[in-house]
Amino acid sequence: MPAEGDGNPAPRVGAGRHPLRNLWRLRHYLRPHAAEFGWLLLAGLAATGAGLTIPLLAQRVVDGPVARQDPAGLFRLAGLALLLGLVEALLIFIRRWVQASSSMRIEAAIREDVYAHLQRLPAGFHDRWQSGQLLSRVTSDLSVLRRFLSFGLFFLILNLVTYLAVVALLIRLHPALALLVAGSAVPLFLISRHFARRYHAASRRMQDQQGDVATLVEETAQGLRTMKAYGRGPELAARFAVDARALHDTGVAKGRLLARTSALLDLVPNLTLGVVLVAGAAAAAGGALTIGELVAFVSLQLMLIWPVQSLGWIIANGQEAATAADRVQEVLDTPPAIVDAPHALAPRRADVRGRIRFERVSFRYPGTSAPVLREIDLTVEPGETVALVGATGSGKSTLLSLVPRLHEVTGGRITLDGHDLRELRLSALRRLVGVAFEEPTLFSMSVWENLTLGRPEAGADEVRAALALAQADFAYELPWGLATRVGEQGLSLSGGQRQRLALARAVLGRPALLVLDDPLSALDVHTEALVETALKRVLRTTTALLVVHRPSTIALADRVALLEEGRITAVGRHSELLAGVPAYRAVLSAEPTPTPPGERGLVRS
Amino acid sequence: MTGDAVRPASGADLTQWRGVATDPDADRSRAEDTAPEAVARLRARSRVLLRDLLRPHRRRLGLAVALLLGQNAAAMAGPYLVMLGIDRAIAPLRAGEPGPLLAVAGGFAAATAVEYVARRGFLTLSARIGQAVLLDLRQRVYAHFLRLSVAFHERYTSGRMISRLTSDLDSIGELVGGGVEGVVLAVLSILSIAGILLWLDLPLAAVTLLAFPFLIWLSRWFARASADAWRRTRETVALVIVHFVESMRGIRAVQAFRREPRNQEIFGAVSDDYRRASRDAFRLIATYSPGIKVIGNVTVAVVLCYGGWRVLGGATGVGVLAAFLLYLRRFFEPMQELSQFYNSLQSATAALEKLAGVLDERPSVAEPARPVPLPTGPGRGAVAFREVTFGYRPDAPIIVGLDLAVPAGQTVALVGATGAGKSTVAKLLARFHDPSAGAVTLDGVDLRAVADAELRRAVVLVTQETHLFGGTVAENIRFGRPDADDAAVQAAARAIGAHDFIAALPEGYDTEVRRRGGRLSAGQRQLVAFARAFLADPTVLILDEATSSLDVPTERLVQHALGTILADRTALVIAHRLSTVETADRVLVLDAGRIVEDGPPARLAATGGRYAALHRQWRESLL
Ligand SMILES: Nc1ncnc2c1ncn2[C@@H]1O[C@H](COP(=O)(O)OP(=O)(O)OP(=O)(O)O)[C@@H](O)[C@H]1O
Ligand SMILES: Nc1ncnc2c1ncn2[C@@H]1O[C@H](COP(=O)(O)OP(=O)(O)OP(=O)(O)O)[C@@H](O)[C@H]1O
Ligand SMILES: [Mg+2]
Ligand SMILES: [Mg+2]
Repeated sequence: MPAEGDGNPAPRVGAGRHPLRNLWRLRHYLRPHAAEFGWLLLAGLAATGAGLTIPLLAQRVVDGPVARQDPAGLFRLAGLALLLGLVEALLIFIRRWVQASSSMRIEAAIREDVYAHLQRLPAGFHDRWQSGQLLSRVTSDLSVLRRFLSFGLFFLILNLVTYLAVVALLIRLHPALALLVAGSAVPLFLISRHFARRYHAASRRMQDQQGDVATLVEETAQGLRTMKAYGRGPELAARFAVDARALHDTGVAKGRLLARTSALLDLVPNLTLGVVLVAGAAAAAGGALTIGELVAFVSLQLMLIWPVQSLGWIIANGQEAATAADRVQEVLDTPPAIVDAPHALAPRRADVRGRIRFERVSFRYPGTSAPVLREIDLTVEPGETVALVGATGSGKSTLLSLVPRLHEVTGGRITLDGHDLRELRLSALRRLVGVAFEEPTLFSMSVWENLTLGRPEAGADEVRAALALAQADFAYELPWGLATRVGEQGLSLSGGQRQRLALARAVLGRPALLVLDDPLSALDVHTEALVETALKRVLRTTTALLVVHRPSTIALADRVALLEEGRITAVGRHSELLAGVPAYRAVLSAEPTPTPPGERGLVRS
Repeated sequence: MTGDAVRPASGADLTQWRGVATDPDADRSRAEDTAPEAVARLRARSRVLLRDLLRPHRRRLGLAVALLLGQNAAAMAGPYLVMLGIDRAIAPLRAGEPGPLLAVAGGFAAATAVEYVARRGFLTLSARIGQAVLLDLRQRVYAHFLRLSVAFHERYTSGRMISRLTSDLDSIGELVGGGVEGVVLAVLSILSIAGILLWLDLPLAAVTLLAFPFLIWLSRWFARASADAWRRTRETVALVIVHFVESMRGIRAVQAFRREPRNQEIFGAVSDDYRRASRDAFRLIATYSPGIKVIGNVTVAVVLCYGGWRVLGGATGVGVLAAFLLYLRRFFEPMQELSQFYNSLQSATAALEKLAGVLDERPSVAEPARPVPLPTGPGRGAVAFREVTFGYRPDAPIIVGLDLAVPAGQTVALVGATGAGKSTVAKLLARFHDPSAGAVTLDGVDLRAVADAELRRAVVLVTQETHLFGGTVAENIRFGRPDADDAAVQAAARAIGAHDFIAALPEGYDTEVRRRGGRLSAGQRQLVAFARAFLADPTVLILDEATSSLDVPTERLVQHALGTILADRTALVIAHRLSTVETADRVLVLDAGRIVEDGPPARLAATGGRYAALHRQWRESLL
């Protein structure tokens, strides 16, 4: 299981523990339904019993009343058969009806838990795991588990009980022959074990491949415009064909395995039957067994065929469930790396002054060797606005993501009013910070819901104010105003419209800290100026960190920090830096500065 | 509309939080409708699809059925041989004559061997056929998704597409995985036993057959109810997937804005809808299957009674009754299996309907039936918009009567306020959408008449939102031209100044950029996307805000490169930063979907119009 912090992508093989271990660990989801399950089993057994009694009754009718010319007895027994028949059906009905809801409840409970856990896992985890692998865990894998819980497990127990009961009856009839029958359990066991092992690997492979297919489909959907723009449909279809074919091949391999085992499992009871027949005939010929007993023995033994035959299917189901459980547990076992400390503080908005301080902060992305940020020292005073300036890839966005603790510092600390951020409750901290990412993240839901993402309590006036500040009044002119559904990823809006909505969302509710990543990059000069004027009023009273590429936006900031290769190399007022720091001038200036040929690319990695 | 009116109610009211969409049926493909006729049409369509999918496997299906019959015959022979052995072999054995027993044993061994071979063969073969059908279907649907237009995908959402290609196919796979075998056997044994019953005792058989009207009535009820129920599960599971995919994709925003509780609430609600829908579907089969049992058991009791009475009256012999009762059991038993299979079939059909609906969807931006080849030779790439009108919704035109001619080789800059329609013009030129009136032409050929592959070679659009695919940096650049070698990839990266940062990545060009390029910074992603377009080497290059996330010096490098890149091709450049615009041959100012100014940048800057104002403002913002 990947500990948070290493760079491994989603694991592909189960841990080397017992294959059923993870399935067993899911038992607590069964617990609320344990009593139900017990009753279900009883009902199942009773129904089987009733089902077996009906033919016996028919036999009694033929042997008794009919033979004795007794109409009253006939009707009594027929009535009894009717009653038993109805009881059998009723028991089956109850079992299945209850099972339908309890198994779905279990599935939904696991699904919601996995979702909740995934929401807690930090951005670092989501960077590494393919989204399709996560998706297939909450869909395909869970329905495999559900099928096991509602059918496989049940029939496993039922068939086992049937097997034991029949063997016990056989032993009473003829111990020696019965031992022979019981002995057939040995090859059955060996076949099953061999099959289980191989099937385990195959079903894991299949589930992983299902995740791959889901991943590719998701990527295709997201990159659809790029795909169209380059006309790369055939290439993607070829890539998809590879994944789909892998899935197909595994499916065929699984089918072949199952076919072989099923046929073998069929063979064993048949051969046993043949041996019993020959031995029984010999015994009967020798007088050790009456013919009636032999008939009874054989017909009882015939009852074993179905439980044995279904064994292959049940094992397959169980193995699939086991690997599905492995995959689900891999997610649930990943500890969320960014969590509340035991006695975390929850400062209120009114009590926060808003002094942010980076103290020798360094940061390294999980799985990489070189730190992106090194020994960052920076203080933002309450109400102050500091702009971060630096070349592409210098680490500006990374630095900002540390403030709402989307990533955790790997060295040093960040404090808010003197408290280490890690001492604050996550939800409280994030409530204090308003964020706008460089790529506006919008969801396919109403504009209102997108704006009030984290502040469901926001009122219409607050929303109006935020929209006005971001010059996003266009939102009211959408076909259904703020109730209009924004297309997926906001793609039914223009680039500038998306960015302004994201900005409005960040400033909504006047957070104590604002963290804005290049918030005006998609705006035209005119709109930009309007937003700047409005933003300036807000920034006067709010502590803010903003990433800025254009000189015009720097006017919003009181001070500027220059980030170079993950270090802050200069901090000061814009005019001071402009005059005194050539590197600063170089990173902002539109005038081509003569650069030595060796360092043409200012882009850092 | 005021904010209060749209304020969501407490709880996860699905209609409220999702908001109102342009098309109330946006969630469905056009082919799926809820009207009864539409449903019937879709059912028929899915049947045709199924036949179509199975057609290539006719031979193998025949072989599978033959194997199944062989297996069945061998399995039936077993008990018969047992009886034979008991009846005929024991007496000779007592007399010291083992011949008959050995013969029976030999027969038994042969039957067992046949059964083993036939069963194994059948199961293997049916797995093969099933998987081949699944593969075929999966690829067809995927390829069709690729053909469908951008507008369709905007409506349909990626989550739903994923759900079609995973969850729906899974439920068809479940049908393939098992069950078919039982059905053939069940039908076979029901038919043969019905024959035996009729032969044994006609009146008793007639009483038995009275069960059929009930069976049929029950099955019809089940067919209708379960089709509905399974259809609902397909729709609800799609919503689960849509929500899941979106919230995982936007996890940073989710966490930064503490969206988790509300998301959990919404996910709980959609997951609960799915749970209910599936539960209802399972409850239907939980009713149907015991219902069949009831009919069977009642029939047994009735036959017992009536048959016994007939025996009492001397109309029938005891032996016949006994045999009849034994066979009756084997008559109703397989019906359980049939009901199970019928249920899986219903579930798979519901999924197949959804897929048929997708396959039925005609691309609104269609490939021409008879493509017109673009003229070849040097100096190509003349673009013209003729009286083009376009709107994303019919009632709200974004572009109105746009007339524009761009001679080959010209670099045109498009400027205007946000939301003016610049990207829309770009998307029309790249044929993401077709105009609702007028035409866009390339070298005099209407884009609607150009084959897609040819159009994409000629016109490339770098979209405003950068998208990288999972894979290495090199693979992403090569997306522009799949047959390019490493040297060409590197040359492209060098040309736009991306080589240095790529070379400094831990594994250089082979560094995995991860999902959507998350491993790179925003500017780095834009550079890679730029290199990709450069490698594609189109006649017409459209750049929609392709440098918006770059720092000033890098942007300058890119602009410098653009000077050479755009020298011999037609280009449409959209930029808010006028530094790019200044180097263009011609500037167009777009306002509310109309061109309001048109001319060389220097002249426009001097004449005091909108561009001049923008230009002044921009110059002031510079250092
Ligand atoms: N998830 C990640 N894993 C590993 N490295 C990363 C990850 N995200 C970013 N990086 C690297 O960290 C460096 C800093 O990235 P960051 O996004 O902070 O840059 P930036 O200063 O915001 O650049 P830009 O101006 O282009 O937005 C880049 O070199 C990038 O390649
Ligand atoms: N897919 C879409 N569906 C519906 N409406 C859309 C869609 N895309 C854009 N629009 C609307 O069309 C109008 C023009 O959008 P467009 O993207 O062309 O603007 P733009 O000029 O590129 O703006 P920006 O500079 O902000 O990118 C906007 O009002 C936008 O809301
Ligand atoms: Mg950045
Ligand atoms: Mg645009």
